[in-house]
Amino acid sequence: MKRNTASAFAAVLGLCALAALSGCSELALLDPKGPIGEAERRLIFIAFGLMLIVVIPVIVMAVWFPHKYRESNTEAEYAPKWSHSGKIELVMWLIPLVIVILLSTLLWIETHRLDPYKPLAGPDKQLPVEVVSLDWKWLFIYPQQGVAVVNELVFPVGMPLAFDITSDTVMTSFFIPRLGSQIYAMGGMRTKLHLLADTEGEYVGQNQQFSGAGYPDMFFPARAVSQAGFDAWLQKVKASPETLDMARFDELRKPGLAAGPVYFSKIAPGLFEAILGKYDPMTKQGSLQPASHGGHGGHGGQTGSQGHGQ
Amino acid sequence: MTTAQMAHPADAPGHEAHGGPGNHDMGEIQAFGFWIYLMSDLIVFSALFATYVVMAHNYAGGPTPKDLFELPAVLVETMLLLTSSAAYGLAMVAMHKGDPRSVRLGLMAAFALGLGFLVMELAEFHHFIGIGAGPDRSGFLSAFFTLVGTHGLHVTFGLLWIVVMLVQLSSKGLTAPVKGRLTRLGMFWHFLDIVWIGVFTVVYLLGVVQ
Amino acid sequence: MFGKLTLAAVPYHDPIVMGAVVGSLLGALAVLGLITYLKKWPYLWCEWLTSVDHKKIGIMYIILSLIMLLRGFSDAIMMRAQQAMAVGASPGFLPPDHFNQVFSAHGTIMILFMAMPFLSGLMNIVIPQQIGARDVAFPFLNAVSLWLSVAGALLVMVSLGVGEFSKAGWSGYTPLTELAYSPDTGVDYWLWSVQISGVGTLLTGINFLVTIIKMRAPGMTLMRMPLFTWTALLTNILIIFAFPMLTAALLMLSLDRYLGMHFFTNDLGGNTMMYINLFWTWGHPEVYIVILPAFGIYSEVVATFSRKRIFGYTSLVYATAVIMFLSFAVWAHHFFTMGTSANVNIFFGISTMVIAIPTGVKVFNWLFTMYKGRVRLTTPMLWTIGFLTTFVLGGLTGVLMSIPPADYVLHNSLFLIAHFHNMLIPGTLFGFLAGFAYWFPKATGFKLDETWGKRSFWCWLIGFYLSFVPLYVLGFMGMPRRMQHYDNPAWQLPLIVAAVGTLIIAAGIGCMLMQLFVSFMNRKANADTTGDPWDGRTLEWATASPPAVYNFAVIPEVHDIDAFWDMKERGLAYARPERYEDIVMPKNSWHGFVLGVVAFVFGFAVIWHIWWLAGATFVGMIAVVTARGCADDLFMVIPAEEVARIEDARVRPALPGSAG
Repeated sequence: MKRNTASAFAAVLGLCALAALSGCSELALLDPKGPIGEAERRLIFIAFGLMLIVVIPVIVMAVWFPHKYRESNTEAEYAPKWSHSGKIELVMWLIPLVIVILLSTLLWIETHRLDPYKPLAGPDKQLPVEVVSLDWKWLFIYPQQGVAVVNELVFPVGMPLAFDITSDTVMTSFFIPRLGSQIYAMGGMRTKLHLLADTEGEYVGQNQQFSGAGYPDMFFPARAVSQAGFDAWLQKVKASPETLDMARFDELRKPGLAAGPVYFSKIAPGLFEAILGKYDPMTKQGSLQPASHGGHGGHGGQTGSQGHGQ
Repeated sequence: MTTAQMAHPADAPGHEAHGGPGNHDMGEIQAFGFWIYLMSDLIVFSALFATYVVMAHNYAGGPTPKDLFELPAVLVETMLLLTSSAAYGLAMVAMHKGDPRSVRLGLMAAFALGLGFLVMELAEFHHFIGIGAGPDRSGFLSAFFTLVGTHGLHVTFGLLWIVVMLVQLSSKGLTAPVKGRLTRLGMFWHFLDIVWIGVFTVVYLLGVVQ
Repeated sequence: MFGKLTLAAVPYHDPIVMGAVVGSLLGALAVLGLITYLKKWPYLWCEWLTSVDHKKIGIMYIILSLIMLLRGFSDAIMMRAQQAMAVGASPGFLPPDHFNQVFSAHGTIMILFMAMPFLSGLMNIVIPQQIGARDVAFPFLNAVSLWLSVAGALLVMVSLGVGEFSKAGWSGYTPLTELAYSPDTGVDYWLWSVQISGVGTLLTGINFLVTIIKMRAPGMTLMRMPLFTWTALLTNILIIFAFPMLTAALLMLSLDRYLGMHFFTNDLGGNTMMYINLFWTWGHPEVYIVILPAFGIYSEVVATFSRKRIFGYTSLVYATAVIMFLSFAVWAHHFFTMGTSANVNIFFGISTMVIAIPTGVKVFNWLFTMYKGRVRLTTPMLWTIGFLTTFVLGGLTGVLMSIPPADYVLHNSLFLIAHFHNMLIPGTLFGFLAGFAYWFPKATGFKLDETWGKRSFWCWLIGFYLSFVPLYVLGFMGMPRRMQHYDNPAWQLPLIVAAVGTLIIAAGIGCMLMQLFVSFMNRKANADTTGDPWDGRTLEWATASPPAVYNFAVIPEVHDIDAFWDMKERGLAYARPERYEDIVMPKNSWHGFVLGVVAFVFGFAVIWHIWWLAGATFVGMIAVVTARGCADDLFMVIPAEEVARIEDARVRPALPGSAG
């Protein structure tokens, strides 16, 4: 019986390992395509290794002690009154303390180094992109190029990216796993994120924060291409007849999914600031102010619910 | 640690019952429990205070404290609540002397003054809502109405409790349980003063000064 | 007349929901029918529904908890099944509308209606006996707490068949839970069920804090308190500090939803981040509220079944206290990715990491209690060893996530889900199940069947690894939490493995139910006549199993940490006093039960905007409280002769060295 459970246990662990190995290249966080993701992977490995110093002995003791001192083993020493040992207590406070000090130092250094707000290059050497999360799609505004795209992010490989992020709906989280760090997008607030891809390719971008019915479809391709490829793509966007102004934006922000990438060759100036300004807590909202509740009634209706809200 | 050690000499040796299970002094236990409840209530208020402080400037283009608050009226409100507490204090002195008539008088005075406070507060709310400064106008006003209103709701329950105690006083007299309840009501009533001092300072004074 | 409530609120069109509704209704009807058939209504009313006896209240809490465990676990199975299926073009069997309710209900139920009642139940059964008291400080308040918890749980169950539950997650992040984005009644069900039961929990916290501070037996100084009592004390302090934050946060969200205020809205000066901060200043201590008492249970179990005093009692106490204080300084680690400055993240990251030190110390204390002991591998001990080996992995991944840059990639992924289940299942649930098996004979008078208990343990342990190791892997694959469907085919295999793991856990729950059934059928053979089935060390084993209504005929005097062990060693354990005295106990009261019923109707009325009913029930609640507040005749006296009769009927084992 005991042996059976042990072998069943081994089988379980084997299966888990198999699941882990099933797609090594699929392990996005362990196969990063940029320096931020790379540094975060290294950090995870180092911290993991340091903690194993405590974890492995604990697991060994947790199995070995009850086995050695099982009731049937009358050979083993029995000391019913022994309940204190200065040496052991010192060691058991000290070892976790030392490891936590080591890890905290690492944490201090790396949190400063990998601060998402820290630019990766000077202001003229990076590509600014303004990101707006909507129900349930992503709007990317390229202020320097004067274009905007829905649900597709294209950028030159090796180019430091500077994202300014906000939301015109509930809270979401902007994340491209292969490149590293995510950051929240929130209405009326500007968050910043700096990333860089050092390998060409198409990576998955996603919303990492549940945001309602359309949340599982908030994926977008994030393509790192050559400078020539980027220029060619810009030409394609600029060929679009569509202009993104406030009226078009209001249409865009209605709850629903976007079928594919939508290109806008022109954008109204200051659009991103206007979207931020809608939710400025101090001053009265501008013309973009939606009818307080009605404008979003579709959030519930969209999913074919019983529509209590109507 | 000291609380526990102090608790024991009191109830360990004498094993006669004080009206409760386990031979412990029920009056003391109830007062302690009620005090803990007040502390937890204080945490509700501190959450509301924190939210108010965070949102104190979120006017959303609407009225600001300077547009709304009239300090003299608030000062009168404050005095009403404080004198109500003082009246309650006199009632407690009378209770310890065993004088039910004075207790009744004190309670009635506390009730009347508390009611005055509440009426003034409701008049203020009514006025604000009337000029379009209701709780749905801005984050600042939501936080204001909720913080002040939660205190007001507590005052309302306190008034109700005073009425219940007045009834008990005339039907039962100054029995031990009635005395215990009066003591706890007193803790509650003074507690509301302390919260109001916070409201007066953080909301009204700082609001107008800024 | 009925507010927003119409017949359309019943989801006739959904076979899965209707199946669950009909199943629950039939179950409830069968129980009610059985009670009627056996003519047990008067017994139920007099002995249980109106009871203020902490032991009976504890049993009712645990029954509630087990029922909600079944409900919450059905949600888990549905989620795992959905995610195992819904890849690519396959929509699975749960539409988004339903899936989002399922995960919201799962979290809410497991934390607030499974773990919390289980905790209250164990505290109720054990604490007064462990400190040598006859009851809690406020027996009536205790009944109120119970019935408010039941009212909240009932609201969650009603949402299944009338309307719907929240679709915005158990944490109810704003502004998704605001009227603008969640106009349906679901969020209101969540709000009011949590609010009503939360008030009950707060009252429990006050009650047990006062009980432990004021009602300990003579001689039981703080540093002689059993460790479960210690952890319960600290947990109750946490409850008193943390639950009012939740009450306030939910109140403000309700005002937004009901009166159009702007606390947490995007527009008109709302601050959505304020809710998230308030929620987690409750939410993080809440984790320790449910974990600390489980640590206490492990401490009791490991000492008893190693036949040895707990190792390093003092450092265990201090470690627990340090964890309690630190638990208030870590809440922001739930949102490192909110864009706060690096220094703020560093502060919360390091304070989180520091918690690992006292936690590590506790683990070593338990290990060295087994060292040089005589370890009996009973079911409670198996849960403890399963906890020790599994929990450290959760601790490891937790420390990993406390490093902000690591959290930037792991946050809100399935890695996070695996991490906190790795803390809460071994950390809390295994502990409560260990306590359940350990104190079951104390509460009922008979032991649980060991064979089925061990089967249940192995299913749970293996099922746990199978369910959650794949989720860790999926986190590294970049899979976010709460996905109703997904396109990446590589995610499916681990999800299928996880679903199989959930089925094995289901087998574990099946074994638990079987264990209860088998033990009940064999209750004569498994009877615990002595009151001390495990050769226990603390005072609760000094009472009969189940204890007399007054627990202790004579209040014991305490001279040692292991008070009862000490009494047994000195031959004083079962000594009879020369004469018994009258005992004063609280009378039963209908007010608590009625208050729960009225609170339930009030919650329902508010959820559906049935204002006349809400007003009437609100006045009703005040009336019940006032009626109780004015009542004077609250106690009854058990005469000394009656006490002597009960005590003489009790079996007392002959003790070696006992002079009698």
